[in-house]
Amino acid sequence: MTADCVPSLELARAIAATVTDPEMPMLTLADLGVLRDVHLDSTGTLIVAITPTYSGCTAMATMRDDLRMRLIAGGFDSVEVRTVLSPAWSTDWISDDGLRKLTEHGISPPTGVAVQSQGPVPLTLTVPRRVIHCPQCGSTNTERTSEFGGTSCKSLHRCCDCREPFDHMKEI
Amino acid sequence: MTDHDSAYEGLVDADSHDQWAFGTSFDDPLAGVDTTLAPGIDGTDLAKYCLMLGDDALITAQRLAQWSTRAPELEEEVALANIGLDYLGQARLLLARAAAADSTVVPVLPDGSPIPAEDALAFFRGEPEFRNVRLVELDNGDFACTIVRLLVFSTYRLAQLHHLRSSRDPVLAAVASKGVKEVTYHRDYAARWLVTLAGGTDESRRRTEAAIRRVWPFVFELFEAHPVEQRLAAAGAGVDLSTLRAEFDSVLAQVFHAAELPEPPGAKATSVGGRAGRDGIHTEAMGYILAELQSVARAHPMGRW
Repeated sequence: MTADCVPSLELARAIAATVTDPEMPMLTLADLGVLRDVHLDSTGTLIVAITPTYSGCTAMATMRDDLRMRLIAGGFDSVEVRTVLSPAWSTDWISDDGLRKLTEHGISPPTGVAVQSQGPVPLTLTVPRRVIHCPQCGSTNTERTSEFGGTSCKSLHRCCDCREPFDHMKEI
Repeated sequence: MTDHDSAYEGLVDADSHDQWAFGTSFDDPLAGVDTTLAPGIDGTDLAKYCLMLGDDALITAQRLAQWSTRAPELEEEVALANIGLDYLGQARLLLARAAAADSTVVPVLPDGSPIPAEDALAFFRGEPEFRNVRLVELDNGDFACTIVRLLVFSTYRLAQLHHLRSSRDPVLAAVASKGVKEVTYHRDYAARWLVTLAGGTDESRRRTEAAIRRVWPFVFELFEAHPVEQRLAAAGAGVDLSTLRAEFDSVLAQVFHAAELPEPPGAKATSVGGRAGRDGIHTEAMGYILAELQSVARAHPMGRW
């Protein structure tokens, strides 16, 4: 059995790694860090683990369906997609490839997440001073128009040089 | 049906018959998550506690969603809807956790109903079964009123979730860890707006002060620990609310100082023999919220959503 399982697990991983995010189809779930694990359990069922980006992520059901359907089409009869809530997803998990693809598609990628101190979460009354590059012209002369954008994971900005509005993926 | 070439294809459930209403079929938000109870934690208490936390989030989400198409600016509409969506997501996980901890809290639906437990809890409970604090059900009022209420709620919620990250219930701890990141953004948003409104025009200042007078009488209730909350805090699964008050006050003092606002009033809304939202005693507004939230689902108890 083992000899059969190993190549098929590799195939399963390869297939799962090609499934893209429904809202940002230039990124795979693997690029985003949403795809956490692919393994076979003792009964031969393929177990795929994914984690939501935000609690209210509306794309979870679609991601689950897409993974299942792609893997079933790839010859796996028994596929189970599981949710993993802990540890909570962070933009730090987006791969270098993912960061590059975001920029190429006009979305400013997240910068690193600040390490949280032990005490209570500090209040930030002024807009944090992050250097955010315009994905169109590269200028750092940009301003934030809204902390909340078209999807949970993005904020709205505009470039003061080339005047283009753009999305930034929020650090979380 | 591997790819969604047709917008309608994705809406049709592969094994549905005649019960389909709208949307795709449900999926369990806790699919694959281990919901076994840790030793020493009472399932009935944990379920009630998750209803309290979940209902606070659900009713807040419903109130914020009511701003859609009527916010003062498009950016604020998007912001309020996004914040509402975060709370809706938290509510869904918490209601699902409540149902897994004690299935007897879930309303009984007709045999064969495809409605999942968390939806049954949201759409088929009556008003006295909701455990949210009364603060979250207050009318939206004007934008200042919504901002003041959001500041109070997100400050309270963030302190709660921050402590719940170390809950002995691993599901609650995971939901809290995720929620902390979201609510940090909500609190900053509301705090910045409060400072802006208080320091804006005479009119915005007047409205902000009126909003504080309207909302504050419901603040004390957030910290009145219900016996369920006390027992779970003692068991290491919940938060000791008395430890949160100082943190809450210190955050709000910072915001009020920056906004050059006087200390908030100490008035308290009346409760019924000491009972309020956590006991299912609500304000008049609650019935109207539930009518809007529940009427369609209740008309279709066999609906697949």
